Amino acid sequence: MKHPLLPRLVFGLFVGLVLAYLIVPLAIIVPMSFSGTRFLTFPPPSFSLRWYEEYFGNPAWMQATRVSLTIAALTVALATPLGVAAAYAISNSQSRLMRSFHMVLMLPLIVPIIIIAIGIFFVYAKVGLIATLPGLVLANVMLGLPYVITSVVAGLQSFDPAQEMVARSLGMNRLRAFLTVTLPQIKASVFAGGIFAFISAIDETIISLFVSGGQYQTLTRRMFTALRDEIDPTIASISTLLTAASFVLVLLAMSGQKKAA
Amino acid sequence: MSAIDPSLRYQRREQGLMLLLASPAVIVIVALVVLPVGWLMGQSFYDGGFTLEHYKRIFSEDIYWRSFLLTFRIAFTVTVLTLILGYPVAYAAAHARRPWDMLILSFVILPFWTSVLVRAYAWLVLLQRTGVANQVLERFGLISDPLALVHNELGTVIATVHILLPFMVLPLYSTMQKIPRDLMLAGASLGGGPLHTFLRVFLPLSLPGVVAGLTLVFVLTLGFYITPELLGGGRTIMISMVVSRNVELYNQWGAASAIGVVLLVCVLAIFMLVGRIIPLDKMLGQK
Repeated sequence: MKHPLLPRLVFGLFVGLVLAYLIVPLAIIVPMSFSGTRFLTFPPPSFSLRWYEEYFGNPAWMQATRVSLTIAALTVALATPLGVAAAYAISNSQSRLMRSFHMVLMLPLIVPIIIIAIGIFFVYAKVGLIATLPGLVLANVMLGLPYVITSVVAGLQSFDPAQEMVARSLGMNRLRAFLTVTLPQIKASVFAGGIFAFISAIDETIISLFVSGGQYQTLTRRMFTALRDEIDPTIASISTLLTAASFVLVLLAMSGQKKAA
Repeated sequence: MSAIDPSLRYQRREQGLMLLLASPAVIVIVALVVLPVGWLMGQSFYDGGFTLEHYKRIFSEDIYWRSFLLTFRIAFTVTVLTLILGYPVAYAAAHARRPWDMLILSFVILPFWTSVLVRAYAWLVLLQRTGVANQVLERFGLISDPLALVHNELGTVIATVHILLPFMVLPLYSTMQKIPRDLMLAGASLGGGPLHTFLRVFLPLSLPGVVAGLTLVFVLTLGFYITPELLGGGRTIMISMVVSRNVELYNQWGAASAIGVVLLVCVLAIFMLVGRIIPLDKMLGQK
């Protein structure tokens, strides 16, 4: 089909502007983070590493970063096997009950987070899980499960279950057949699901606002408070590091998924 | 009867095993989502005994009403804007040649996985009185005094559209990608101009993606919390903020629960209505 030139130019310009709108906010924080002044002027009048020094030299920011990384690592360690098991069950069963299980497992994506947050706040207050590591990890496992399950279910769809049957008919037990035949073929989607759970745990803020605290303040909770009270330029350096981290992680997850496809 | 027994028994065992495998994940979700939400529902009808007082207050007190209206208005605005901005981008991604399609998609996916707090911070920097947006507008002589772009409803909408645009583009893209090119060629060969073919062939076929995108964006905006809290300047009080304030500041669990329940009912009702057109897992799978 031949489109006339002018509409195509207008269309291209529009798409370009929307893409700029998507990417400019991420691009702008990088130069901001190297600013030499306290003031949020762009472009920065002078460059320095002071906001990175401020971040790496501040015990409170470092502690919060350690807490967030610990939570995210433990979340992946728990959510991945639970999610893979659930995804395997969902793919292998067409029962009514399993379909409602699948719906239940997607609830964290459907129910507004604030409602989940105050519900968890109340439950944790009763059982003494507020401001504890297990409490925070458990909440993030809950949020991460839908990502792992969605990714692994998609991976299993392109896998032929007959292969696992063959392995079992040749005498492997089910677990071994799964580990040696199925898992290697879906490992890219398992890997991607794990990465998404990791990013979601690092980024989680609203539940942390209610149930993190004391020794266990997450990075996002500290960032949120710092942004609400007065804008601390240290946030620029943290934001740059976080964006770089998610860039690398998403690239890893996507390259894994592409290999699988 | 005995003839079918072994296979039946096998099937039962298989079923049992699958339920067992799914149960740890289900237990986590039940303990942290279903039970707490159920408890909130109970709490919304309770004040020393059964009562509808909390719900009556939502509908009679001005602040609550206004917050609901504001939230729905913002959700509507954001949804319309993301469709207008997102449809051409998805179309371009679905039709561009390699590597341009990948480039467009990465511009959509990268912000999608970037921290919401990072993006809120960036918008605060960009939109402040001395920020880049105002500087650019002034340099081009479009304005003489800096505009108030942030700490109000406008700032909230700009940042919310930024956060939710990928939720519109991704379902649109995956629907458009599946539309066979031959159909467009057929339309053209039958004498339809590009615009005509687009309106009569492509647009109707892309509607499932449009519905999925509209639903996701609308429902997600209804529950937004961080963006209005940081960019709304304390005046753009959305429902989530009312819920959190009732718990954190006033310790009003009954009121918070009732508002939460109304919000949840709205969200579930929208998902169920749309679920009649597009299966829910398809819609969420787009994420």
